[in-house]
Amino acid sequence: MNIFVLMKRTFDTEEKIVINDGVVDEEGAEFIINPYDEYAIEEAIVLRDEHGGEVTVVTVGDEEAEKELRTALAMGADKAVLIDMEDFDEEIDHFTVAEALTAYLKEQDYDIILGGNVAVDDGAGQVAPRVAEGLGINQVTTITGIQVDGEKVEIERDVEGDVEKIETSLPLLVTCQQGLNEPRYPSLPGIMKAKKKPLDTLDIDDLDLDEEEIAAKTKTLDKYLPPEKGAGKVLEGEIDEQVNELVSLLKNEAKVI
Amino acid sequence: MDFELTNEQKMTRDMVREFAEQEIAPHAREWDEKAIFPEETFKQMGELGLLGIPFPEKYGGSGGDTISYALAVEEIGKACGGTGLSYAAAVSLGASPIYYFGTEEQKEEHLVPLASGKALGSFGLTEPNAGSDAGGTQTKAYLDGDEYVINGEKCWITNAQYARTVIVTAVTGKTEKGKNIISAFIVPTDTPGFKITSPYDKMGVRASNTSELILEDVRVPKENILGDPKKGFSQFLYTLDGGRISIAALAVGIAQAAFNKALAYAKERKQFGQPISSFQAIQFKLADMAMEIELARNMVLKAAWLKDNDKPFTKESAFAKLYASEMATRVCNQALQIHGGYGYMKEYEVERMLRDTKLMEIGEGTSEIQRLVIARQLGC
Ligand SMILES: Cc1cc2nc3c(=O)[nH]c(=O)nc-3n(C[C@H](O)[C@H](O)[C@H](O)COP(=O)(O)OP(=O)(O)OC[C@H]3O[C@@H](n4cnc5c(N)ncnc54)[C@H](O)[C@@H]3O)c2cc1C
Ligand SMILES: Cc1cc2nc3c(=O)[nH]c(=O)nc-3n(C[C@H](O)[C@H](O)[C@H](O)COP(=O)(O)OP(=O)(O)OC[C@H]3O[C@@H](n4cnc5c(N)ncnc54)[C@H](O)[C@@H]3O)c2cc1C
Repeated sequence: MNIFVLMKRTFDTEEKIVINDGVVDEEGAEFIINPYDEYAIEEAIVLRDEHGGEVTVVTVGDEEAEKELRTALAMGADKAVLIDMEDFDEEIDHFTVAEALTAYLKEQDYDIILGGNVAVDDGAGQVAPRVAEGLGINQVTTITGIQVDGEKVEIERDVEGDVEKIETSLPLLVTCQQGLNEPRYPSLPGIMKAKKKPLDTLDIDDLDLDEEEIAAKTKTLDKYLPPEKGAGKVLEGEIDEQVNELVSLLKNEAKVI
Repeated sequence: MDFELTNEQKMTRDMVREFAEQEIAPHAREWDEKAIFPEETFKQMGELGLLGIPFPEKYGGSGGDTISYALAVEEIGKACGGTGLSYAAAVSLGASPIYYFGTEEQKEEHLVPLASGKALGSFGLTEPNAGSDAGGTQTKAYLDGDEYVINGEKCWITNAQYARTVIVTAVTGKTEKGKNIISAFIVPTDTPGFKITSPYDKMGVRASNTSELILEDVRVPKENILGDPKKGFSQFLYTLDGGRISIAALAVGIAQAAFNKALAYAKERKQFGQPISSFQAIQFKLADMAMEIELARNMVLKAAWLKDNDKPFTKESAFAKLYASEMATRVCNQALQIHGGYGYMKEYEVERMLRDTKLMEIGEGTSEIQRLVIARQLGC
């Protein structure tokens, strides 16, 4: 089975994030594999171990993403591909990334493509579904279980806490949700072996893409952190008074009723 | 000059950090309180290849370097000082001497299980009457046919109760000048006459196993002598040089953990209407702590780099161990101070870090002995 994983390098949203002039300060940020993509890598390795074949991890980014690609290789992926946007002068958005991935995957022989449900940095959840559309193949998002039997695929999918069972067929793109698996730690021998595994770098010329055609379709006007959470308020007095005060706060302060 | 870690070194550090945060840190308080040795965690660490970082693949190791190993010790120590000590002792003291001085057969038989993480190793040098003065070893071994017979007593031996083998030092004779000849032996812990108990109630590193060894007519095949029979003394000096890098890394890890807690607490805690981090008295403490931790870490990495590049590192590893261990005691003490009364409570964990890190000034050569080592390197 030929398995591809779409992976994004993101800053760690559990660490402190600083935004200067609408740009996330990369100096202080910690970078990681998007946690949802870790589920995708893990599942890809499990599928390969069960059905044979090869796992290729693909990312769109720059040289810095090499560490995350090597980490995926250390977990057990077989090959990595970096679509390098270093020399791309136009703005990049989800459309651009999806176009680049689609162009790459069109030339590949794939059975299944796995991505994360969303990326934790911008939470758009757009890239993988766009790729499936671009390739014209089946897609199922937010999966929490998968069984492949020949061409037939049985999937469990998270729908707002409930489970939806779906039967579909290869070739297929899925996006992975928490609960699908427990991603393994890359082992030390894995880390050492990753050094010797193939990591190819392509740019958009290699993919026969035109910079202007895949330039961003959206414009980012501003980026800012959510307002800091204020301290909670404990209401006092008789229940009646508390209810009155709560209603008045909701009306006048929070302005939600 | 290049201060950048390699991708492999960064990946090792990140993986161990995540592992330690998930699998070790949540249990550290309980392991300390109940003096629990985390045997299962060591199995997991073995499976991840952590116990074999600095050993080649052909001996079951991971083929990493001393720098990666030091980064790993720091991360484990950040989560739990006791687990960090047992980890450092297993690799630097239990397994390394076999790698440095063992024959091919000894490596096959005794290093492979340790480096591949299937078993733990231990190193028995200290005796009730021979601590800093390890040359004053009283344990004796004599050759009887094809076997050495060992008699004696060792104290405070890390990991021995959970170990597959202990490397035991013993006097095998005297030089012409009347000095003890010391040899080292690989002694399987299931050998008859080898009694291992853990009777100590320790101040800190309580998650680490510390054992007493009693050897009564313990017989090992004469092939179990490690390295040059006459050079046991210089062999363990070399072993300790390497071990010091890991103890220094461990001290850096504990100090970093205490610092992280102190910084977060200082920003949160309000007195006199403002966060205590806005008081210069607290700011200066935090500034000193951050600086000293980074200086110590740089010394650790330099010593590790020297070792990886086959350059002399005796003096630098003593620098690292001495500075890092004394620094960590200062930092943990200040971290506790910044926490005020809360710091004195177990729940806040900095008091454990202070208890744990005190050991770093004693184990693998006290601070005084480090100064002796350095002075000797200076030609005094
Ligand atoms: C938790 C723990 C784990 C340990 N693990 C191991 C292990 O795995 N294997 C092992 O072999 N040992 C182990 N040890 C023993 C440790 O290495 C010794 O405790 C250490 O070497 C000091 O020896 P000592 O305790 O006998 O102190 P002593 O040597 O009696 O020293 C007492 C004091 O005198 C000072 N002193 C001694 N000689 C001099 C001198 N010439 N000049 C100036 N000052 C001097 C010392 O610095 C110290 O302050 C462990 C100890 C502990 C507490
Ligand atoms: C075992 C124990 C017994 C105790 N018994 C009693 C008792 O019987 N009765 C009682 O009333 N209390 C008691 N206490 C409380 C004790 O007096 C307080 O812990 C102590 O006064 C410090 O207050 P704090 O812990 O709130 O620390 P904080 O006041 O929060 O101080 C935290 C840190 O900030 C520093 N700091 C605070 N303000 C400033 C400033 N303006 N400039 C520079 N640095 C500053 C402090 O020095 C400290 O390092 C006890 C505490 C303990 C641990």
